[in-house]
Amino acid sequence: MIISNLEIIPGKRVASHLGMVQGSTVRAKHVGKDIFASLKNIVGGELKGYTELMQEAREEAIKRMTAEARSIGANAILNVRFATTSISAGAAEILAYGSAVRLEDLG
Amino acid sequence: MGAFIELLIFLGLLATGYFVGQVIERRHYASIRVRERRYRDIMAFPMRFAPNAVAAQDAYLVSGTVVISADYFKTFVAGLRNLIGGNFRAYETLMERARREAILRLKEDARRRGSSLVVCVRFETTTISSGWAPAMEIFAYGTALVPRAMPERAAGSVPPGSVSASLSRG
Repeated sequence: MIISNLEIIPGKRVASHLGMVQGSTVRAKHVGKDIFASLKNIVGGELKGYTELMQEAREEAIKRMTAEARSIGANAILNVRFATTSISAGAAEILAYGSAVRLEDLG
Repeated sequence: MGAFIELLIFLGLLATGYFVGQVIERRHYASIRVRERRYRDIMAFPMRFAPNAVAAQDAYLVSGTVVISADYFKTFVAGLRNLIGGNFRAYETLMERARREAILRLKEDARRRGSSLVVCVRFETTTISSGWAPAMEIFAYGTALVPRAMPERAAGSVPPGSVSASLSRG
Protein backbone atom coordinates (compact mmCIF):
# COMPACT_ATOMS: atom_id res chain seq x y z
CA MET A 1 0.00 0.00 0.00
CA ILE A 2 1.49 3.33 -1.11
CA ILE A 3 0.35 6.25 1.01
CA SER A 4 1.35 9.68 -0.21
CA ASN A 5 0.17 13.26 -0.32
CA LEU A 6 1.36 13.57 -3.91
CA GLU A 7 -1.14 13.44 -6.74
CA ILE A 8 1.14 11.55 -9.11
CA ILE A 9 3.63 8.90 -8.05
CA PRO A 10 6.72 8.95 -10.29
CA GLY A 11 6.88 5.85 -12.49
CA LYS A 12 3.27 4.87 -11.75
CA ARG A 13 -0.03 5.45 -13.46
CA VAL A 14 -3.50 5.52 -11.96
CA ALA A 15 -5.41 2.59 -13.43
CA SER A 16 -8.68 3.31 -11.64
CA HIS A 17 -10.10 5.69 -9.05
CA LEU A 18 -12.03 4.11 -6.20
CA GLY A 19 -13.25 7.20 -4.38
CA MET A 20 -12.38 8.84 -1.10
CA VAL A 21 -11.33 6.93 1.97
CA GLN A 22 -10.96 8.26 5.46
CA GLY A 23 -9.95 7.25 8.93
CA SER A 24 -10.47 9.16 12.13
CA THR A 25 -9.92 8.81 15.83
CA VAL A 26 -10.87 10.86 18.87
CA ARG A 27 -8.29 10.86 21.63
CA ALA A 28 -8.51 12.14 25.15
CA LYS A 29 -5.64 13.18 27.34
CA HIS A 30 -4.53 11.02 30.24
CA VAL A 31 -5.11 12.69 33.63
CA GLY A 32 -1.53 12.06 34.79
CA LYS A 33 -0.10 13.48 31.59
CA ASP A 34 -2.46 16.43 31.88
CA ILE A 35 -1.24 17.29 35.37
CA PHE A 36 2.37 16.95 34.27
CA ALA A 37 1.67 19.12 31.24
CA SER A 38 0.16 21.89 33.34
CA LEU A 39 3.30 21.87 35.50
CA LYS A 40 5.43 21.93 32.35
CA ASN A 41 3.48 24.98 31.27
CA ILE A 42 5.23 27.04 33.96
CA VAL A 43 8.60 26.62 32.30
CA GLY A 44 7.47 26.04 28.72
CA GLY A 45 9.00 23.79 26.10
CA GLU A 46 7.90 20.59 24.47
CA LEU A 47 5.11 18.55 26.04
CA LYS A 48 6.45 15.10 25.14
CA GLY A 49 3.41 13.23 26.44
CA TYR A 50 1.14 15.18 24.11
CA THR A 51 3.50 14.79 21.18
CA GLU A 52 3.36 11.01 21.62
CA LEU A 53 -0.41 11.14 21.98
CA MET A 54 -0.84 13.04 18.71
CA GLN A 55 1.63 10.75 16.96
CA GLU A 56 -0.21 7.62 18.06
CA ALA A 57 -3.55 9.15 17.11
CA ARG A 58 -2.32 9.95 13.58
CA GLU A 59 -0.94 6.44 13.16
CA GLU A 60 -4.31 5.06 14.21
CA ALA A 61 -6.16 7.33 11.75
CA ILE A 62 -3.84 6.26 8.92
CA LYS A 63 -4.32 2.62 9.88
CA ARG A 64 -8.11 2.94 9.69
CA MET A 65 -7.92 4.78 6.37
CA THR A 66 -5.60 2.08 5.00
CA ALA A 67 -7.98 -0.66 6.15
CA GLU A 68 -10.85 1.03 4.32
CA ALA A 69 -8.79 1.42 1.16
CA ARG A 70 -7.72 -2.22 1.27
CA SER A 71 -11.32 -3.37 1.70
CA ILE A 72 -12.33 -1.71 -1.59
CA GLY A 73 -9.36 -3.17 -3.45
CA ALA A 74 -7.03 -0.16 -3.64
CA ASN A 75 -3.27 -0.49 -3.66
CA ALA A 76 -2.51 3.16 -2.99
CA ILE A 77 -3.94 6.26 -1.32
CA LEU A 78 -2.96 9.53 -2.97
CA ASN A 79 -3.42 13.17 -1.99
CA VAL A 80 -3.62 12.34 1.69
CA ARG A 81 -4.64 15.25 3.94
CA PHE A 82 -4.93 15.60 7.68
CA ALA A 83 -7.35 17.62 9.77
CA THR A 84 -7.30 18.12 13.52
CA THR A 85 -10.08 19.54 15.64
CA SER A 86 -10.21 20.02 19.38
CA ILE A 87 -13.60 18.78 20.45
CA SER A 88 -13.31 19.80 24.07
CA ALA A 89 -10.47 20.98 26.30
CA GLY A 90 -9.18 17.43 26.72
CA ALA A 91 -10.08 15.69 23.47
CA ALA A 92 -9.11 16.02 19.84
CA GLU A 93 -10.31 14.42 16.65
CA ILE A 94 -7.72 13.48 14.08
CA LEU A 95 -8.86 12.77 10.56
CA ALA A 96 -6.85 11.42 7.66
CA TYR A 97 -8.39 11.27 4.18
CA GLY A 98 -7.29 10.65 0.64
CA SER A 99 -8.14 9.19 -2.75
CA ALA A 100 -8.07 5.42 -2.99
CA VAL A 101 -6.68 4.33 -6.35
CA ARG A 102 -5.28 1.32 -8.15
CA LEU A 103 -1.81 2.09 -9.43
CA GLU A 104 0.11 0.25 -12.10
CA ASP A 105 3.70 0.56 -13.29
CA LEU A 106 4.37 2.69 -16.33
CA GLY A 107 5.58 0.82 -19.41
CA MET B 1 -1.54 38.54 54.26
CA GLY B 2 -3.32 36.15 51.91
CA ALA B 3 -3.02 38.60 49.05
CA PHE B 4 0.68 38.99 49.79
CA ILE B 5 1.28 35.21 49.62
CA GLU B 6 -0.67 35.05 46.37
CA LEU B 7 1.47 37.82 44.95
CA LEU B 8 4.59 35.98 46.09
CA ILE B 9 3.48 32.76 44.36
CA PHE B 10 2.65 34.72 41.21
CA LEU B 11 6.06 36.41 41.16
CA GLY B 12 7.76 33.08 41.88
CA LEU B 13 6.01 31.44 38.92
CA LEU B 14 6.85 34.43 36.75
CA ALA B 15 10.54 34.27 37.69
CA THR B 16 10.68 30.46 37.24
CA GLY B 17 9.03 30.78 33.86
CA TYR B 18 11.39 33.54 32.81
CA PHE B 19 14.69 31.95 33.85
CA VAL B 20 14.01 28.25 33.27
CA GLY B 21 12.05 29.03 30.10
CA GLN B 22 15.00 30.98 28.74
CA VAL B 23 17.41 28.12 29.47
CA ILE B 24 15.07 25.61 27.81
CA GLU B 25 14.70 27.83 24.76
CA ARG B 26 18.45 28.36 24.43
CA ARG B 27 19.13 24.61 24.71
CA HIS B 28 16.42 23.83 22.19
CA TYR B 29 17.89 26.27 19.67
CA ALA B 30 21.37 24.79 20.18
CA SER B 31 20.04 21.28 19.56
CA ILE B 32 18.08 22.45 16.50
CA ARG B 33 21.21 24.01 14.98
CA VAL B 34 23.24 20.83 15.50
CA ARG B 35 20.57 18.60 13.96
CA GLU B 36 19.90 20.97 11.06
CA ARG B 37 23.56 20.57 10.11
CA ARG B 38 23.24 16.79 10.37
CA TYR B 39 20.18 16.64 8.10
CA ARG B 40 21.38 19.25 5.60
CA ASP B 41 21.66 16.62 2.85
CA ILE B 42 17.92 15.90 3.02
CA MET B 43 15.93 18.41 1.01
CA ALA B 44 12.32 19.21 1.76
CA PHE B 45 10.12 21.15 -0.68
CA PRO B 46 6.51 22.27 -0.59
CA MET B 47 5.92 21.65 -4.30
CA ARG B 48 3.19 19.30 -5.38
CA PHE B 49 5.01 17.14 -7.90
CA ALA B 50 8.18 15.13 -7.83
CA PRO B 51 10.93 17.01 -9.73
CA ASN B 52 12.01 14.02 -11.79
CA ALA B 53 8.61 12.64 -12.66
CA VAL B 54 9.74 9.96 -15.11
CA ALA B 55 12.07 7.91 -12.91
CA ALA B 56 10.44 5.18 -10.90
CA GLN B 57 10.57 5.98 -7.21
CA ASP B 58 9.17 4.60 -4.02
CA ALA B 59 6.99 7.03 -2.10
CA TYR B 60 6.38 7.08 1.63
CA LEU B 61 4.34 9.42 3.77
CA VAL B 62 6.67 10.91 6.38
CA SER B 63 5.79 13.26 9.20
CA GLY B 64 7.10 15.12 12.20
CA THR B 65 5.08 16.50 15.06
CA VAL B 66 5.75 18.54 18.16
CA VAL B 67 3.51 19.88 20.91
CA ILE B 68 5.00 23.00 22.45
CA SER B 69 3.87 25.21 25.29
CA ALA B 70 4.70 28.75 26.31
CA ASP B 71 6.15 29.40 29.76
CA TYR B 72 4.35 31.34 32.47
CA PHE B 73 6.31 34.51 31.80
CA LYS B 74 5.58 34.50 28.07
CA THR B 75 1.91 33.87 28.70
CA PHE B 76 1.75 36.76 31.16
CA VAL B 77 3.58 39.21 28.90
CA ALA B 78 1.41 38.09 25.98
CA GLY B 79 -1.62 39.10 28.02
CA LEU B 80 -0.17 42.60 28.47
CA ARG B 81 0.91 42.75 24.86
CA ASN B 82 -2.66 42.08 23.82
CA LEU B 83 -3.61 45.50 25.14
CA ILE B 84 -1.33 47.43 22.80
CA GLY B 85 -0.94 44.98 19.90
CA GLY B 86 2.09 44.62 17.64
CA ASN B 87 4.75 41.96 17.21
CA PHE B 88 5.20 39.59 20.07
CA ARG B 89 8.75 38.31 19.85
CA ALA B 90 8.50 35.65 22.57
CA TYR B 91 5.68 33.81 20.81
CA GLU B 92 7.38 34.23 17.45
CA THR B 93 10.44 32.33 18.65
CA LEU B 94 8.19 29.71 20.23
CA MET B 95 6.38 28.98 16.97
CA GLU B 96 9.56 29.23 14.93
CA ARG B 97 11.45 26.63 16.93
CA ALA B 98 8.42 24.36 16.96
CA ARG B 99 8.24 24.52 13.14
CA ARG B 100 11.95 23.88 12.76
CA GLU B 101 11.66 20.95 15.17
CA ALA B 102 8.74 19.48 13.22
CA ILE B 103 10.72 19.74 9.95
CA LEU B 104 13.72 18.08 11.61
CA ARG B 105 11.56 15.18 12.76
CA LEU B 106 10.13 14.89 9.26
CA LYS B 107 13.68 14.68 7.88
CA GLU B 108 14.59 12.13 10.55
CA ASP B 109 11.66 10.03 9.38
CA ALA B 110 12.79 10.45 5.75
CA ARG B 111 16.31 9.32 6.59
CA ARG B 112 14.92 6.24 8.31
CA ARG B 113 13.32 5.39 4.94
CA GLY B 114 16.64 5.98 3.15
CA SER B 115 15.33 9.06 1.38
CA SER B 116 17.02 12.41 0.79
CA LEU B 117 14.12 14.18 -0.90
CA VAL B 118 10.78 15.11 0.62
CA VAL B 119 8.20 16.82 -1.57
CA CYS B 120 4.72 18.23 -1.00
CA VAL B 121 5.55 19.30 2.56
CA ARG B 122 2.57 20.74 4.39
CA PHE B 123 2.18 22.27 7.83
CA GLU B 124 -0.75 21.97 10.13
CA THR B 125 -1.11 23.91 13.35
CA THR B 126 -3.60 23.07 16.06
CA THR B 127 -4.31 24.79 19.35
CA ILE B 128 -4.37 22.06 21.98
CA SER B 129 -5.13 24.31 24.90
CA SER B 130 -5.34 28.06 25.35
CA GLY B 131 -5.80 30.56 28.17
CA TRP B 132 -3.28 30.28 30.99
CA ALA B 133 -1.65 27.12 29.69
CA PRO B 134 -1.36 27.59 25.92
CA ALA B 135 -0.07 24.62 23.95
CA MET B 136 0.19 24.27 20.18
CA GLU B 137 0.76 21.29 17.99
CA ILE B 138 2.81 21.76 14.83
CA PHE B 139 2.55 18.88 12.41
CA ALA B 140 4.59 18.67 9.22
CA TYR B 141 4.05 15.98 6.62
CA GLY B 142 5.21 15.20 3.13
CA THR B 143 6.15 12.46 0.71
CA ALA B 144 9.65 11.00 0.89
CA LEU B 145 10.93 9.70 -2.43
CA VAL B 146 13.47 6.90 -2.75
CA PRO B 147 14.88 6.19 -6.22
CA ARG B 148 14.40 2.54 -7.07
CA ALA B 149 16.92 0.03 -8.46
CA MET B 150 19.81 1.31 -6.41
CA PRO B 151 21.81 -1.74 -5.26
CA GLU B 152 22.82 -0.30 -1.86
CA ARG B 153 19.17 0.33 -1.07
CA ALA B 154 18.26 -3.35 -1.27
CA ALA B 155 16.28 -4.76 1.63
CA GLY B 156 18.28 -5.60 4.72
CA SER B 157 21.17 -3.25 4.00
CA VAL B 158 22.01 -0.16 5.99
CA PRO B 159 20.03 2.77 4.59
CA PRO B 160 22.22 5.52 3.13
CA GLY B 161 22.52 8.47 5.44
CA SER B 162 22.66 6.42 8.62
CA VAL B 163 26.43 6.16 8.15
CA SER B 164 26.93 9.91 7.90
CA ALA B 165 24.51 10.37 10.81
CA SER B 166 26.59 8.19 13.11
CA LEU B 167 29.78 9.89 11.90
CA SER B 168 28.56 13.37 12.66
CA ARG B 169 27.31 12.18 16.03
CA GLY B 170 30.67 10.71 16.95
